[in-house]
Amino acid sequence: MAARTKTNKELFFNGILNENPIFRLALSMCPAVGISTTVMNGLLLGMAVLFVQVFSSCTIALIKDYIHPRIRIPTYTLTIATWVTVIDLVLAAYVPVAYKAMGIFVKLIVAFAIITMRLEMFASKNSVTASFCDGLGMGLGFMFAMMTLGFVRELLGMGTVLGYDVLGFCPLLFFVLPSAGFFVVGLMMAMFNYIEIVYNRRKKVKR
Amino acid sequence: MKERMRHLTLTGLLLVAILVSVGCDTGHRFVKKTEFKDGETIVITFAGPVDEAWAKEKANYAVYEEPDPDILLPIKEIRLSPDRTKVTLSFDDGLNTRQAHVLKTKEMLSEGRSQGTAVLTVKKLYFGLLLSIFIGAMLVNNFVFTKYLGLCVFFGTSQRKSTAVGMGITFTIVIVFAAMMAWALYQFVLKPFQLTFLNIVVFIGLVSLSVQAVDTILRKVNPALFKAFGVYLVLVIANCIAIAVPLILADNEYTGPESFMLALGAGLGFLVALFLMSSARERLELANVPPSFRGLPIAFIVAGLFALAFLGFSGMSIH
Repeated sequence: MAARTKTNKELFFNGILNENPIFRLALSMCPAVGISTTVMNGLLLGMAVLFVQVFSSCTIALIKDYIHPRIRIPTYTLTIATWVTVIDLVLAAYVPVAYKAMGIFVKLIVAFAIITMRLEMFASKNSVTASFCDGLGMGLGFMFAMMTLGFVRELLGMGTVLGYDVLGFCPLLFFVLPSAGFFVVGLMMAMFNYIEIVYNRRKKVKR
Repeated sequence: MKERMRHLTLTGLLLVAILVSVGCDTGHRFVKKTEFKDGETIVITFAGPVDEAWAKEKANYAVYEEPDPDILLPIKEIRLSPDRTKVTLSFDDGLNTRQAHVLKTKEMLSEGRSQGTAVLTVKKLYFGLLLSIFIGAMLVNNFVFTKYLGLCVFFGTSQRKSTAVGMGITFTIVIVFAAMMAWALYQFVLKPFQLTFLNIVVFIGLVSLSVQAVDTILRKVNPALFKAFGVYLVLVIANCIAIAVPLILADNEYTGPESFMLALGAGLGFLVALFLMSSARERLELANVPPSFRGLPIAFIVAGLFALAFLGFSGMSIH
Protein backbone atom coordinates (compact mmCIF):
# COMPACT_ATOMS: atom_id res chain seq x y z
CA MET A 1 0.00 0.00 0.00
CA ALA A 2 1.25 3.48 -0.81
CA ALA A 3 2.49 5.49 2.17
CA ARG A 4 -0.37 7.91 1.83
CA THR A 5 -1.81 9.39 4.97
CA LYS A 6 -5.43 8.49 5.41
CA THR A 7 -8.04 11.16 5.86
CA ASN A 8 -9.87 11.33 9.17
CA LYS A 9 -12.98 9.90 7.59
CA GLU A 10 -11.09 6.87 6.31
CA LEU A 11 -9.53 6.38 9.73
CA PHE A 12 -12.97 6.42 11.27
CA PHE A 13 -14.44 3.77 8.95
CA ASN A 14 -11.28 1.67 9.05
CA GLY A 15 -12.04 0.65 12.63
CA ILE A 16 -15.67 -0.17 11.92
CA LEU A 17 -15.24 -2.28 8.79
CA ASN A 18 -11.78 -3.21 7.52
CA GLU A 19 -10.16 -3.71 10.90
CA ASN A 20 -13.13 -4.50 13.09
CA PRO A 21 -11.57 -5.51 16.43
CA ILE A 22 -13.69 -8.60 17.01
CA PHE A 23 -14.62 -10.00 13.60
CA ARG A 24 -11.50 -9.11 11.63
CA LEU A 25 -8.62 -8.76 14.11
CA ALA A 26 -10.00 -11.41 16.54
CA LEU A 27 -8.88 -9.36 19.53
CA SER A 28 -10.69 -8.84 22.84
CA MET A 29 -12.71 -12.01 22.56
CA CYS A 30 -13.48 -12.39 26.28
CA PRO A 31 -16.30 -9.81 26.49
CA ALA A 32 -17.57 -10.89 23.06
CA VAL A 33 -18.25 -14.34 24.50
CA GLY A 34 -18.93 -13.41 28.09
CA ILE A 35 -21.53 -10.69 28.18
CA SER A 36 -23.02 -10.39 24.70
CA THR A 37 -26.29 -11.96 25.89
CA THR A 38 -28.39 -8.85 25.20
CA VAL A 39 -28.09 -5.79 22.95
CA MET A 40 -28.13 -3.52 26.00
CA ASN A 41 -25.10 -5.21 27.62
CA GLY A 42 -23.21 -4.97 24.34
CA LEU A 43 -24.12 -1.30 23.99
CA LEU A 44 -23.03 -0.41 27.53
CA LEU A 45 -19.71 -2.23 27.43
CA GLY A 46 -19.15 -0.90 23.92
CA MET A 47 -19.66 2.64 25.21
CA ALA A 48 -17.24 2.02 28.07
CA VAL A 49 -14.60 0.71 25.65
CA LEU A 50 -15.25 3.61 23.25
CA PHE A 51 -14.70 6.07 26.10
CA VAL A 52 -11.49 4.42 27.28
CA GLN A 53 -10.15 4.03 23.74
CA VAL A 54 -10.81 7.63 22.69
CA PHE A 55 -9.47 9.20 25.86
CA SER A 56 -6.38 6.98 26.07
CA SER A 57 -5.61 7.62 22.38
CA CYS A 58 -5.89 11.37 22.88
CA THR A 59 -3.82 11.31 26.08
CA ILE A 60 -1.01 9.32 24.48
CA ALA A 61 -1.11 11.44 21.31
CA LEU A 62 -0.75 14.53 23.51
CA ILE A 63 2.20 13.32 25.56
CA LYS A 64 3.91 11.09 22.97
CA ASP A 65 6.94 13.37 22.66
CA TYR A 66 7.73 13.11 26.36
CA ILE A 67 7.61 9.31 26.71
CA HIS A 68 10.93 7.52 26.66
CA PRO A 69 10.64 4.63 24.18
CA ARG A 70 11.83 2.07 26.74
CA ILE A 71 9.01 2.74 29.18
CA ARG A 72 6.28 3.28 26.60
CA ILE A 73 4.34 0.06 27.28
CA PRO A 74 4.04 0.65 31.08
CA THR A 75 2.98 4.23 30.31
CA TYR A 76 0.24 2.98 27.97
CA THR A 77 -0.95 0.50 30.59
CA LEU A 78 -1.12 3.11 33.34
CA THR A 79 -2.93 5.57 31.06
CA ILE A 80 -5.52 2.93 30.19
CA ALA A 81 -5.86 1.87 33.84
CA THR A 82 -6.55 5.47 34.84
CA TRP A 83 -9.34 5.91 32.30
CA VAL A 84 -10.78 2.49 33.16
CA THR A 85 -10.93 3.51 36.81
CA VAL A 86 -12.82 6.65 35.78
CA ILE A 87 -15.43 4.79 33.71
CA ASP A 88 -15.67 2.05 36.34
CA LEU A 89 -16.55 4.50 39.10
CA VAL A 90 -18.91 6.44 36.82
CA LEU A 91 -20.82 3.32 35.78
CA ALA A 92 -20.97 2.02 39.36
CA ALA A 93 -22.46 5.33 40.47
CA TYR A 94 -24.96 5.99 37.67
CA VAL A 95 -26.10 2.60 36.30
CA PRO A 96 -25.60 0.18 39.22
CA VAL A 97 -27.91 -2.52 37.83
CA ALA A 98 -26.22 -2.82 34.45
CA TYR A 99 -22.85 -2.49 36.16
CA LYS A 100 -23.63 -5.57 38.22
CA ALA A 101 -24.69 -7.50 35.11
CA MET A 102 -21.38 -6.76 33.45
CA GLY A 103 -19.52 -7.83 36.55
CA ILE A 104 -15.79 -7.80 36.38
CA PHE A 105 -15.63 -7.09 32.65
CA VAL A 106 -15.65 -3.31 33.03
CA LYS A 107 -12.52 -3.47 35.16
CA LEU A 108 -10.98 -5.90 32.72
CA ILE A 109 -11.13 -3.35 29.88
CA VAL A 110 -7.67 -2.57 31.18
CA ALA A 111 -6.41 -5.87 29.76
CA PHE A 112 -8.08 -5.56 26.33
CA ALA A 113 -5.40 -6.09 23.72
CA ILE A 114 -7.17 -3.86 21.20
CA ILE A 115 -6.64 -0.64 23.19
CA THR A 116 -2.94 -1.18 23.84
CA MET A 117 -2.48 -2.18 20.22
CA ARG A 118 -4.05 1.03 18.89
CA LEU A 119 -1.90 3.12 21.25
CA GLU A 120 1.27 1.37 20.12
CA MET A 121 0.43 1.24 16.42
CA PHE A 122 -1.34 4.55 15.93
CA ALA A 123 -1.66 7.09 18.72
CA SER A 124 2.05 7.12 19.53
CA LYS A 125 2.87 8.21 15.98
CA ASN A 126 -0.01 10.50 14.97
CA SER A 127 -1.62 13.80 15.85
CA VAL A 128 -4.37 14.22 18.42
CA THR A 129 -7.12 14.69 15.80
CA ALA A 130 -6.10 11.61 13.83
CA SER A 131 -5.83 9.56 17.03
CA PHE A 132 -9.26 10.78 18.08
CA CYS A 133 -10.80 9.59 14.81
CA ASP A 134 -8.94 6.30 14.94
CA GLY A 135 -10.01 5.71 18.55
CA LEU A 136 -13.60 6.65 17.74
CA GLY A 137 -13.64 4.23 14.79
CA MET A 138 -12.14 1.37 16.76
CA GLY A 139 -14.44 1.94 19.72
CA LEU A 140 -17.51 2.13 17.46
CA GLY A 141 -16.34 -0.99 15.62
CA PHE A 142 -16.13 -2.84 18.91
CA MET A 143 -19.53 -1.51 19.96
CA PHE A 144 -21.04 -2.52 16.61
CA ALA A 145 -19.64 -6.05 16.92
CA MET A 146 -20.84 -6.43 20.49
CA MET A 147 -24.31 -5.19 19.58
CA THR A 148 -24.50 -7.55 16.58
CA LEU A 149 -23.62 -10.49 18.79
CA GLY A 150 -26.05 -9.30 21.43
CA PHE A 151 -28.76 -8.87 18.79
CA VAL A 152 -28.35 -12.43 17.48
CA ARG A 153 -28.25 -13.98 20.92
CA GLU A 154 -31.12 -11.96 22.34
CA LEU A 155 -33.33 -12.53 19.28
CA LEU A 156 -32.68 -16.25 19.04
CA GLY A 157 -32.52 -16.86 22.76
CA MET A 158 -35.43 -14.84 24.11
CA GLY A 159 -37.24 -13.54 21.03
CA THR A 160 -36.71 -9.93 22.08
CA VAL A 161 -34.63 -6.97 20.96
CA LEU A 162 -33.58 -4.39 23.55
CA GLY A 163 -36.18 -5.91 25.86
CA TYR A 164 -39.08 -5.46 23.40
CA ASP A 165 -40.89 -8.60 22.37
CA VAL A 166 -40.39 -9.08 18.64
CA LEU A 167 -41.06 -12.69 17.81
CA GLY A 168 -43.57 -13.49 20.53
CA PHE A 169 -41.91 -16.81 21.32
CA CYS A 170 -38.38 -17.91 22.11
CA PRO A 171 -36.92 -20.05 19.34
CA LEU A 172 -33.77 -21.45 20.96
CA LEU A 173 -33.32 -20.94 24.66
CA PHE A 174 -29.84 -22.35 24.22
CA PHE A 175 -28.55 -18.98 22.97
CA VAL A 176 -28.96 -17.20 26.29
CA LEU A 177 -26.89 -19.86 27.98
CA PRO A 178 -23.41 -18.49 28.61
CA SER A 179 -21.63 -21.20 26.64
CA ALA A 180 -23.55 -20.28 23.49
CA GLY A 181 -21.29 -17.22 23.26
CA PHE A 182 -18.56 -19.42 21.84
CA PHE A 183 -20.90 -20.85 19.21
CA VAL A 184 -22.26 -17.49 18.12
CA VAL A 185 -18.81 -15.92 17.79
CA GLY A 186 -17.56 -18.99 15.92
CA LEU A 187 -20.53 -18.99 13.55
CA MET A 188 -20.24 -15.24 12.91
CA MET A 189 -16.55 -15.57 12.07
CA ALA A 190 -17.31 -18.48 9.77
CA MET A 191 -19.98 -16.35 8.08
CA PHE A 192 -17.54 -13.50 7.48
CA ASN A 193 -15.01 -16.00 6.11
CA TYR A 194 -17.66 -17.48 3.83
CA ILE A 195 -18.65 -14.08 2.47
CA GLU A 196 -15.00 -13.32 1.81
CA ILE A 197 -14.48 -16.63 0.00
CA VAL A 198 -17.56 -16.13 -2.21
CA TYR A 199 -16.58 -12.52 -2.92
CA ASN A 200 -13.05 -13.52 -3.95
CA ARG A 201 -14.36 -16.28 -6.21
CA ARG A 202 -16.71 -13.85 -7.98
CA LYS A 203 -13.85 -11.44 -8.53
CA LYS A 204 -11.78 -14.19 -10.10
CA VAL A 205 -14.63 -15.20 -12.41
CA LYS A 206 -15.06 -11.60 -13.60
CA ARG A 207 -11.41 -11.44 -14.51
CA MET B 1 3.27 -36.48 28.80
CA LYS B 2 0.86 -39.34 29.46
CA GLU B 3 2.52 -39.97 32.81
CA ARG B 4 2.05 -36.34 33.79
CA MET B 5 -1.59 -36.38 32.78
CA ARG B 6 -2.18 -39.52 34.84
CA HIS B 7 -0.59 -37.86 37.88
CA LEU B 8 -2.79 -34.84 37.39
CA THR B 9 -5.94 -36.93 37.22
CA LEU B 10 -4.96 -38.95 40.29
CA THR B 11 -4.27 -35.84 42.35
CA GLY B 12 -7.60 -34.41 41.30
CA LEU B 13 -9.46 -37.57 42.29
CA LEU B 14 -7.66 -37.65 45.64
CA LEU B 15 -8.69 -34.07 46.36
CA VAL B 16 -12.31 -34.85 45.56
CA ALA B 17 -12.19 -37.95 47.78
CA ILE B 18 -10.84 -35.93 50.71
CA LEU B 19 -13.50 -33.32 50.17
CA VAL B 20 -16.29 -35.86 50.18
CA SER B 21 -15.01 -37.59 53.29
CA VAL B 22 -14.82 -34.33 55.24
CA GLY B 23 -17.56 -34.72 57.81
CA CYS B 24 -18.33 -33.06 61.10
CA ASP B 25 -17.77 -34.61 64.46
CA THR B 26 -20.60 -33.39 66.62
CA GLY B 27 -19.87 -34.35 70.21
CA HIS B 28 -23.25 -35.98 70.96
CA ARG B 29 -23.78 -39.70 70.54
CA PHE B 30 -27.29 -39.41 69.11
CA VAL B 31 -26.38 -36.78 66.52
CA LYS B 32 -24.34 -38.13 63.65
CA LYS B 33 -23.69 -35.03 61.61
CA THR B 34 -24.50 -31.35 61.37
CA GLU B 35 -23.72 -29.34 58.28
CA PHE B 36 -24.55 -26.26 56.29
CA LYS B 37 -26.37 -26.64 53.04
CA ASP B 38 -26.93 -24.08 50.26
CA GLY B 39 -25.76 -21.27 52.54
CA GLU B 40 -29.16 -20.90 54.19
CA THR B 41 -30.06 -24.20 55.84
CA ILE B 42 -28.58 -26.44 58.51
CA VAL B 43 -29.04 -30.21 58.19
CA ILE B 44 -28.91 -32.37 61.30
CA THR B 45 -28.53 -36.12 60.83
CA PHE B 46 -29.60 -38.27 63.80
CA ALA B 47 -28.47 -41.81 64.57
CA GLY B 48 -32.08 -42.98 64.80
CA PRO B 49 -35.56 -41.76 63.89
CA VAL B 50 -36.85 -38.81 65.92
CA ASP B 51 -40.47 -38.05 66.80
CA GLU B 52 -42.19 -35.84 64.28
CA ALA B 53 -43.99 -33.69 66.85
CA TRP B 54 -40.71 -32.95 68.56
CA ALA B 55 -38.78 -32.34 65.39
CA LYS B 56 -41.32 -29.90 63.89
CA GLU B 57 -41.41 -27.67 67.00
CA LYS B 58 -39.43 -24.49 66.43
CA ALA B 59 -39.01 -23.83 70.17
CA ASN B 60 -36.92 -26.98 70.47
CA TYR B 61 -34.00 -25.41 68.63
CA ALA B 62 -31.87 -22.38 69.35
CA VAL B 63 -29.27 -21.32 66.81
CA TYR B 64 -26.77 -18.50 67.09
CA GLU B 65 -23.40 -17.50 65.71
CA GLU B 66 -20.61 -18.48 68.05
CA PRO B 67 -19.30 -14.96 68.87
CA ASP B 68 -22.74 -13.52 69.74
CA PRO B 69 -24.88 -15.95 71.75
CA ASP B 70 -27.50 -13.23 72.46
CA ILE B 71 -28.69 -12.98 68.86
CA LEU B 72 -30.82 -16.03 68.13
CA LEU B 73 -31.38 -16.66 64.45
CA PRO B 74 -35.10 -16.98 63.59
CA ILE B 75 -36.03 -20.34 62.07
CA LYS B 76 -38.36 -20.11 59.08
CA GLU B 77 -39.19 -23.70 58.36
CA ILE B 78 -38.39 -27.20 59.59
CA ARG B 79 -38.46 -30.19 57.29
CA LEU B 80 -38.13 -33.82 58.30
CA SER B 81 -36.92 -36.51 55.92
CA PRO B 82 -39.29 -39.51 55.35
CA ASP B 83 -37.13 -41.87 57.43
CA ARG B 84 -37.21 -39.26 60.24
CA THR B 85 -33.44 -39.17 60.70
CA LYS B 86 -32.69 -35.89 58.94
CA VAL B 87 -33.95 -32.49 60.05
CA THR B 88 -33.46 -29.48 57.80
CA LEU B 89 -33.71 -26.06 59.40
CA SER B 90 -34.14 -23.10 57.07
CA PHE B 91 -33.61 -19.54 58.16
CA ASP B 92 -35.12 -16.22 57.13
CA ASP B 93 -31.82 -14.61 56.24
CA GLY B 94 -28.90 -16.41 54.67
CA LEU B 95 -26.38 -17.85 57.09
CA ASN B 96 -22.85 -16.60 57.29
CA THR B 97 -21.32 -20.01 56.70
CA ARG B 98 -17.79 -18.75 57.26
CA GLN B 99 -18.74 -18.28 60.91
CA ALA B 100 -19.15 -21.21 63.30
CA HIS B 101 -22.75 -21.60 64.54
CA VAL B 102 -23.95 -23.14 67.80
CA LEU B 103 -27.14 -25.21 67.73
CA LYS B 104 -28.81 -26.08 71.02
CA THR B 105 -31.67 -28.58 71.16
CA LYS B 106 -34.07 -29.29 73.97
CA GLU B 107 -34.55 -32.87 75.16
CA MET B 108 -34.61 -35.01 72.01
CA LEU B 109 -37.37 -37.60 71.73
CA SER B 110 -36.85 -40.73 69.69
CA GLU B 111 -39.47 -43.49 69.59
CA GLY B 112 -40.82 -42.20 72.89
CA ARG B 113 -37.43 -42.34 74.61
CA SER B 114 -35.44 -39.31 75.64
CA GLN B 115 -31.95 -38.87 74.23
CA GLY B 116 -31.02 -35.86 76.37
CA THR B 117 -30.22 -32.33 75.27
CA ALA B 118 -27.43 -31.46 72.88
CA VAL B 119 -25.18 -28.49 72.23
CA LEU B 120 -23.84 -28.79 68.72
CA THR B 121 -21.35 -26.76 66.79
CA VAL B 122 -21.98 -26.34 63.09
CA LYS B 123 -19.00 -25.12 61.16
CA LYS B 124 -17.35 -25.43 57.87
CA LEU B 125 -13.90 -26.86 58.24
CA TYR B 126 -11.33 -24.29 57.17
CA PHE B 127 -9.63 -26.98 55.17
CA GLY B 128 -12.90 -27.69 53.44
CA LEU B 129 -13.40 -24.01 52.69
CA LEU B 130 -9.95 -23.78 51.15
CA LEU B 131 -10.60 -26.87 49.07
CA SER B 132 -13.94 -25.56 47.93
CA ILE B 133 -12.28 -22.33 46.77
CA PHE B 134 -9.63 -24.36 44.96
CA ILE B 135 -12.06 -26.73 43.24
CA GLY B 136 -14.37 -23.80 42.57
CA ALA B 137 -11.69 -21.83 40.77
CA MET B 138 -10.36 -24.84 38.91
CA LEU B 139 -13.47 -26.69 37.73
CA VAL B 140 -16.82 -25.28 38.85
CA ASN B 141 -16.01 -21.72 37.84
CA ASN B 142 -13.23 -22.53 35.42
CA PHE B 143 -11.94 -19.15 34.29
CA VAL B 144 -11.84 -20.09 30.62
CA PHE B 145 -14.97 -22.19 30.15
CA THR B 146 -17.41 -20.66 32.62
CA LYS B 147 -16.09 -17.15 33.17
CA TYR B 148 -14.83 -16.57 29.60
CA LEU B 149 -11.59 -14.87 30.58
CA GLY B 150 -8.15 -15.13 29.04
CA LEU B 151 -9.51 -16.19 25.68
CA CYS B 152 -6.93 -14.39 23.52
CA VAL B 153 -4.06 -16.31 25.07
CA PHE B 154 -6.18 -19.43 25.30
CA PHE B 155 -6.82 -19.58 21.56
CA GLY B 156 -3.30 -18.39 20.78
CA THR B 157 -1.41 -21.07 22.67
CA SER B 158 -3.65 -24.11 22.40
CA GLN B 159 -2.45 -25.37 19.03
CA ARG B 160 0.24 -27.74 20.33
CA LYS B 161 0.17 -29.80 23.50
CA SER B 162 3.74 -28.85 24.41
CA THR B 163 3.00 -25.13 24.05
CA ALA B 164 -0.21 -25.52 26.02
CA VAL B 165 1.47 -27.23 28.97
CA GLY B 166 4.36 -24.75 28.96
CA MET B 167 2.01 -21.79 28.96
CA GLY B 168 -0.18 -23.34 31.67
CA ILE B 169 2.72 -24.00 34.04
CA THR B 170 4.31 -20.59 33.51
CA PHE B 171 0.97 -18.93 34.04
CA THR B 172 0.34 -20.86 37.28
CA ILE B 173 3.69 -19.81 38.73
CA VAL B 174 3.21 -16.16 37.84
CA ILE B 175 -0.40 -15.96 38.97
CA VAL B 176 0.35 -17.45 42.40
CA PHE B 177 3.22 -15.04 42.83
CA ALA B 178 1.15 -12.05 41.70
CA ALA B 179 -1.90 -13.00 43.75
CA MET B 180 0.08 -13.27 46.98
CA MET B 181 1.64 -9.85 46.38
CA ALA B 182 -1.74 -8.40 45.47
CA TRP B 183 -3.28 -9.81 48.65
CA ALA B 184 -0.52 -8.36 50.84
CA LEU B 185 -0.68 -5.00 49.10
CA TYR B 186 -4.47 -4.86 49.30
CA GLN B 187 -4.78 -5.90 52.95
CA PHE B 188 -1.85 -3.93 54.36
CA VAL B 189 -1.58 -0.87 52.15
CA LEU B 190 -4.62 -0.14 50.01
CA LYS B 191 -7.29 -0.95 52.59
CA PRO B 192 -5.79 0.75 55.68
CA PHE B 193 -5.17 3.94 53.69
CA GLN B 194 -8.55 3.74 51.92
CA LEU B 195 -7.04 3.70 48.47
CA THR B 196 -9.17 0.85 47.16
CA PHE B 197 -10.29 2.94 44.19
CA LEU B 198 -6.73 2.54 42.91
CA ASN B 199 -7.22 -1.25 42.68
CA ILE B 200 -7.07 -1.45 38.89
CA VAL B 201 -4.04 0.78 38.48
CA VAL B 202 -2.10 -0.95 41.26
CA PHE B 203 -2.95 -4.51 40.23
CA ILE B 204 -2.09 -4.08 36.56
CA GLY B 205 1.28 -2.65 37.58
CA LEU B 206 1.73 -5.49 40.03
CA VAL B 207 1.07 -8.15 37.41
CA SER B 208 3.63 -6.65 35.01
CA LEU B 209 6.07 -6.40 37.91
CA SER B 210 5.65 -10.01 38.94
CA VAL B 211 6.12 -11.16 35.36
CA GLN B 212 9.36 -9.21 35.30
CA ALA B 213 10.35 -10.61 38.72
CA VAL B 214 9.65 -14.22 37.76
CA ASP B 215 11.59 -13.62 34.55
CA THR B 216 14.66 -12.37 36.43
CA ILE B 217 14.55 -15.00 39.18
CA LEU B 218 14.02 -17.88 36.78
CA ARG B 219 16.84 -16.70 34.52
CA LYS B 220 19.29 -16.75 37.45
CA VAL B 221 18.03 -19.75 39.41
CA ASN B 222 17.15 -22.22 36.70
CA PRO B 223 18.36 -21.28 33.21
CA ALA B 224 17.16 -24.57 31.73
CA LEU B 225 13.62 -23.95 32.90
CA PHE B 226 13.87 -20.37 31.69
CA LYS B 227 14.84 -21.56 28.24
CA ALA B 228 11.77 -23.76 28.12
CA PHE B 229 9.21 -21.36 29.58
CA GLY B 230 10.67 -17.87 29.11
CA VAL B 231 8.79 -17.32 25.85
CA TYR B 232 5.42 -17.59 27.54
CA LEU B 233 6.16 -15.05 30.26
CA VAL B 234 5.37 -12.06 28.04
CA LEU B 235 2.03 -13.57 27.10
CA VAL B 236 0.97 -13.74 30.74
CA ILE B 237 0.56 -9.94 30.86
CA ALA B 238 -1.91 -10.12 27.99
CA ASN B 239 -4.00 -12.68 29.89
CA CYS B 240 -6.97 -11.10 31.60
CA ILE B 241 -7.15 -13.88 34.21
CA ALA B 242 -3.92 -12.48 35.63
CA ILE B 243 -5.66 -9.21 36.43
CA ALA B 244 -9.03 -10.81 37.27
CA VAL B 245 -7.67 -12.94 40.12
CA PRO B 246 -6.32 -10.00 42.17
CA LEU B 247 -9.57 -8.10 41.57
CA ILE B 248 -11.67 -11.06 42.72
CA LEU B 249 -9.65 -11.67 45.87
CA ALA B 250 -9.88 -7.99 46.73
CA ASP B 251 -13.64 -7.90 46.12
CA ASN B 252 -14.26 -10.97 48.31
CA GLU B 253 -11.83 -9.95 51.06
CA TYR B 254 -10.03 -13.30 50.90
CA THR B 255 -7.42 -14.15 53.53
CA GLY B 256 -3.86 -15.19 52.63
CA PRO B 257 -4.41 -18.96 52.33
CA GLU B 258 -7.71 -18.39 50.51
CA SER B 259 -6.03 -16.12 47.98
CA PHE B 260 -3.33 -18.70 47.48
CA MET B 261 -5.89 -21.41 46.79
CA LEU B 262 -7.84 -19.14 44.40
CA ALA B 263 -4.70 -18.32 42.43
CA LEU B 264 -3.57 -21.94 42.34
CA GLY B 265 -7.02 -23.07 41.23
CA ALA B 266 -7.17 -20.39 38.54
CA GLY B 267 -3.73 -21.34 37.24
CA LEU B 268 -4.36 -25.09 37.22
CA GLY B 269 -7.83 -24.55 35.75
CA PHE B 270 -6.23 -22.61 32.90
CA LEU B 271 -3.71 -25.44 32.47
CA VAL B 272 -6.49 -28.04 32.33
CA ALA B 273 -8.46 -25.97 29.81
CA LEU B 274 -5.39 -25.44 27.62
CA PHE B 275 -4.48 -29.11 27.73
CA LEU B 276 -7.98 -30.29 26.80
CA MET B 277 -8.25 -27.75 24.02
CA SER B 278 -4.83 -28.52 22.55
CA SER B 279 -5.61 -32.24 22.52
CA ALA B 280 -8.79 -31.54 20.56
CA ARG B 281 -7.11 -29.10 18.18
CA GLU B 282 -4.30 -31.52 17.33
CA ARG B 283 -6.98 -33.92 16.15
CA LEU B 284 -8.82 -31.17 14.31
CA GLU B 285 -5.88 -30.63 12.02
CA LEU B 286 -6.45 -34.06 10.54
CA ALA B 287 -10.18 -33.52 10.18
CA ASN B 288 -11.85 -32.29 7.02
CA VAL B 289 -13.19 -28.93 8.16
CA PRO B 290 -15.23 -26.78 5.73
CA PRO B 291 -13.00 -23.97 4.41
CA SER B 292 -14.94 -21.13 6.01
CA PHE B 293 -14.66 -22.78 9.43
CA ARG B 294 -10.90 -23.41 9.26
CA GLY B 295 -8.77 -21.88 11.98
CA LEU B 296 -10.43 -19.80 14.65
CA PRO B 297 -14.15 -20.41 13.94
CA ILE B 298 -13.94 -24.16 14.49
CA ALA B 299 -11.77 -23.59 17.58
CA PHE B 300 -14.57 -21.45 18.98
CA ILE B 301 -17.16 -24.14 18.31
CA VAL B 302 -14.97 -26.72 20.05
CA ALA B 303 -14.50 -24.39 23.00
CA GLY B 304 -18.28 -23.99 23.12
CA LEU B 305 -18.69 -27.76 23.39
CA PHE B 306 -16.12 -27.85 26.19
CA ALA B 307 -17.98 -25.05 27.94
CA LEU B 308 -21.20 -27.05 27.73
CA ALA B 309 -19.40 -30.02 29.28
CA PHE B 310 -18.02 -27.84 32.06
CA LEU B 311 -21.58 -26.75 32.88
CA GLY B 312 -21.85 -30.23 34.39
CA PHE B 313 -19.40 -29.26 37.10
CA SER B 314 -21.85 -26.68 38.44
CA GLY B 315 -23.58 -29.57 40.21
CA MET B 316 -20.42 -29.97 42.22
CA SER B 317 -20.53 -26.48 43.70
CA ILE B 318 -19.89 -26.60 47.41
CA HIS B 319 -21.30 -23.95 49.69
